[in-house]
Amino acid sequence: MDLENQAAIKSIADDIGSENLMVVLGMPGEGLRLAVETLTTGDPSWAGPLAGVSLGLPVFHILEETVRAEVPGDLYADKLLMMEMVLDLPQIESDLADMRAAG
Amino acid sequence: MTAYLRAAANVLVHVPDLVRYGSKPWRETSSSNQAPGDVFANLRSFDEAVGYPPNQAFIGNLPPENLGEIPAPWYENPLAGASPEGHFGEILPQDAFCALLEAADQFGLIMLDKERPVPGAVGSEAATALLKKENPSKEYGEEDISRRIEGGEALPLFQEGEIIGCVRRDHDSDESLDARILLENLSAKASGAYALSRLLMQERIAPEHVEYVISCSEEAVGDRYNRGGGNLAKTIAEMAGCANAAGVDVKSFCAAPVYALVHAAALIEAGVVENAVVVGGGSMAKLGMKAYFHLEKGMPVLEDALGGVAFLLTKNPDAGPRVNLEVAGRHAAGKPSTPQGLAEALVRDPLARAGRKIASVDKYAVELHNPEIMLPAGAGDVAAANYRMLAALAVMGGEIAREEIPDFVETHGMPGFAPTQGHIPAGVPFLGHALERMRAGSLRSTMVVAKGSLFLGRMSRQADGASVLIEG
Repeated sequence: MDLENQAAIKSIADDIGSENLMVVLGMPGEGLRLAVETLTTGDPSWAGPLAGVSLGLPVFHILEETVRAEVPGDLYADKLLMMEMVLDLPQIESDLADMRAAG
Repeated sequence: MTAYLRAAANVLVHVPDLVRYGSKPWRETSSSNQAPGDVFANLRSFDEAVGYPPNQAFIGNLPPENLGEIPAPWYENPLAGASPEGHFGEILPQDAFCALLEAADQFGLIMLDKERPVPGAVGSEAATALLKKENPSKEYGEEDISRRIEGGEALPLFQEGEIIGCVRRDHDSDESLDARILLENLSAKASGAYALSRLLMQERIAPEHVEYVISCSEEAVGDRYNRGGGNLAKTIAEMAGCANAAGVDVKSFCAAPVYALVHAAALIEAGVVENAVVVGGGSMAKLGMKAYFHLEKGMPVLEDALGGVAFLLTKNPDAGPRVNLEVAGRHAAGKPSTPQGLAEALVRDPLARAGRKIASVDKYAVELHNPEIMLPAGAGDVAAANYRMLAALAVMGGEIAREEIPDFVETHGMPGFAPTQGHIPAGVPFLGHALERMRAGSLRSTMVVAKGSLFLGRMSRQADGASVLIEG
């Protein structure tokens, strides 16, 4: 996961407490897996500010059902519909389910 | 006046011993002071790099679409009988490139051991043409080289793990003239000149015929007062013997090759010149960029080659397809830098201005990063995502139904096949294939679409991009 994003999330978690923070991601595939791992158990590449830091944050994807249901329809059509067509949504949902099941 | 694309050349230079000087491997080994370790144990041989299917697609021996039929991983399924000589490109081994580095150097920066022969005949007509006419004066002995390396003023140059010389810094305190930076710049110059030389040989054009050279290479050439001052273009022109060519650099990260094509075509349309070359040399910094992800998954280091591209544009209508500047996309500073914003600005809008549909373009040449390199690093399949984006735009514009997205991707796209050399994968590696197909009558149009990550330089959070339609 991008080092700058790791630093930003760590800083917010330090300020408001990780119990008050959730992260909504947008990337698919291996990038999603790495980001989820980084934000829960720590940076697996040991290169970023979250190396060895287990924030245990709840992590969601912007396109999963529970999150996109919260986005107003016109905003969704304008900003997210196209990416919904680009990304493999069933794969994202199944990847997240696997990661959540694995804890 | 109209500009036409006459020729394209793609080259690769297999440089396993330079991987250690890629930005990522260099930082890993110098910050931890560790031995290079696995990165250097998992480098490929020249024959392995030649047989690698995406490399064969890059030099024109394999249609990129055929990669889809080769089982993954591609590095375990080399093409039988693969040759380093391609339809519109070639692959050069490292020892020959060492000779090119020496030929590119006018300041005694590359110091090769006098006991070690530098290849005079390098098995490539294009590379041989770049070697200095007389044998370079080699004044350096092993002792001299070792002293400079040990004293910290030079970096060793290796061949199969053995020191064969060094590259030295040219100032004690100017980091722009540091040994590694100079090696990076000389690598871009030498590989760019090699691509240009190949282009000229391929088309049987005398170097003196070229009037203008635009470099889209990424390296920052200059000293401490003008880091990135540039004009690598002119140094490449000089090295390739283009004595009548002036030149200039065009930069916008990975979008630069398409800007360069548009600028070159515009100069021809305006009557400033009758022909122009666009050239891009390779990026040493990106060697081994994702190597640690690859090693983690038991893969070889696939980022072991410098890429180079060169294109010739001319006012002669018999030369090839037209570079249609009426359909050239640009991304204005006020536009959102989202994937959607870029796709609209670069593809939907310029086509709409010309009254054309997205599906009216036969093939799109988007960022053609080899997915086998990108996926293990979590960077996604860049080419596939781009094609799905264009298909989604076509859906939103009512051109196709949502169920037709996979068909659109199949028909108008191709698998990525280019090395992850920044500006090199920027759509343009397809142009050699496009020219062959247009001449054979199997392709009418291709739109080249490139994007650049301006935010990497920390001056803006924007992305950028450029596109242009090429049609017969």
